[in-house]
Amino acid sequence: MTEVLIKVGFLAVAALNGAIIFTIMDVKGASWMQRRPGPLHVGLRGFIFPLAEILKFVQKEDIIPTEVDRPVFKWAPAYVMVSCVALFAVVPMSPTLVVADLELGVFFALAISSLGTIGVLTAGWSSANKYSLMGGLRAAGQLIAYELPLILAVVGVVIQAETMSLVGIVEKQIEWGVPFVVGGQIVGFLIFMVAATAEMMRVPFDMPIGESELTMGFMTEYSGIRFLIFYISEYMNMFILCAIASTLFLGGYHVPLLPTEWVNFYGPVVLLTKTAILGFILVAVRWSQPRFREDQLQNLAWKILIPASLVNILVTAIMKVGF
Amino acid sequence: MEIFEIVTYFVLLLLVSTAVRVVTTSNVIHAAISLVFTLALTSVLFLLLSTEFVALVLVLVYIGAVIVLFLFGIMITRAPLGKNAELDNDKNKKLGAAIAGSIFFLFSYILVNGFDGEVIITSGSSTELLGEILLSRFVFPFELVSFVLLAALIGGITLARKDEALIDEDQV
Repeated sequence: MTEVLIKVGFLAVAALNGAIIFTIMDVKGASWMQRRPGPLHVGLRGFIFPLAEILKFVQKEDIIPTEVDRPVFKWAPAYVMVSCVALFAVVPMSPTLVVADLELGVFFALAISSLGTIGVLTAGWSSANKYSLMGGLRAAGQLIAYELPLILAVVGVVIQAETMSLVGIVEKQIEWGVPFVVGGQIVGFLIFMVAATAEMMRVPFDMPIGESELTMGFMTEYSGIRFLIFYISEYMNMFILCAIASTLFLGGYHVPLLPTEWVNFYGPVVLLTKTAILGFILVAVRWSQPRFREDQLQNLAWKILIPASLVNILVTAIMKVGF
Repeated sequence: MEIFEIVTYFVLLLLVSTAVRVVTTSNVIHAAISLVFTLALTSVLFLLLSTEFVALVLVLVYIGAVIVLFLFGIMITRAPLGKNAELDNDKNKKLGAAIAGSIFFLFSYILVNGFDGEVIITSGSSTELLGEILLSRFVFPFELVSFVLLAALIGGITLARKDEALIDEDQV
């Protein structure tokens, strides 16, 4: 029982810290790229900014409009949050530092990450606002479309590694000597990152939110702590999907040439460094790219990413059987 | 009673209550959300029976895809907030309860008599075993099912497609 409590506590702390680190990275990246002085100089060089942000949202009134469907409206952020936090359970920081090394780890991650769509849809519907409803449908359409390439891109890795356990996949990459991204899964990696960016609803795939033009889509009626949950879930999702991408494609907690017997010591540092590098790329993309139009966004998923990921699976399977 | 049994009965009780709520609520979105919980609890039940693969398929396919498409379809057409009188079909309640009860007894009878105490999986992981059986002994039905799905896919595309020849040019 104590072990379970420790693990749950670890999950919550890891998820929140991951989100906060990525929030800092995002605003600092923005201020660095766009010369915004705030997050670079104010308050311990901008590092206490997330604390101020959280305090601000907690202080704000949690407004619930009178016409909304109260229980559904109140619980909608929880689905999104749960789907993000649960993902942290399967990512290994080192061979032993993992909450649950499931035999079907990859499958678990994909299944759980699909739960967030329900939160988005019910949030849009229960707000009793046509713009929110349209925003929810727009967001769900995007999440459904990009979930397929995300899953299909991972299949290539699973075929190559012959296991669905995330620890097993990393061990296989150590055995191979090079990470899968070098060893034949470069297309899979690119598809995974594009689809993951769309799942996080970040620029250039932020059509569901559209801060200034579409007034936050399905989140229009949310304020205070419930809005904060949606907001922080985005960063949790960003952190965890980057960590999963590092584990599946970039060799996880190990880099070539480092001695494997010390992996328990340097593992977490290596994994977090890889995650941060991927996160930095996402930040750089966010603050330099325009947004996709809705039809371009759907075309990219259905006409380019899904066929490409199917071809990737076919080629990987042929290589696996043939060589 | 062991803790495992207590958990199982607790999950079963919750499962029945959410399942009843799916058919008694008079708001279609509430019904769909109750169905999410019903499926999630069914998945927990499969986890307790240590068949992780089936449990996760239930989450990925039914909650992640089927229910989401349900919600999507309902919201894109008509989903009013509050109670919907059309969904209160009181006169058929007794008939529905009778049919549901008889199906329950029929299935329980078949399951209890067919697999009375028989342990099917004795060693190894259930997922590996499932994969091997699916692609050796049951490979023909497995391929047949994928063929049926392909037919459904093509049928769906045919229905949704805009046929250029059929569109009246004046209307476009």
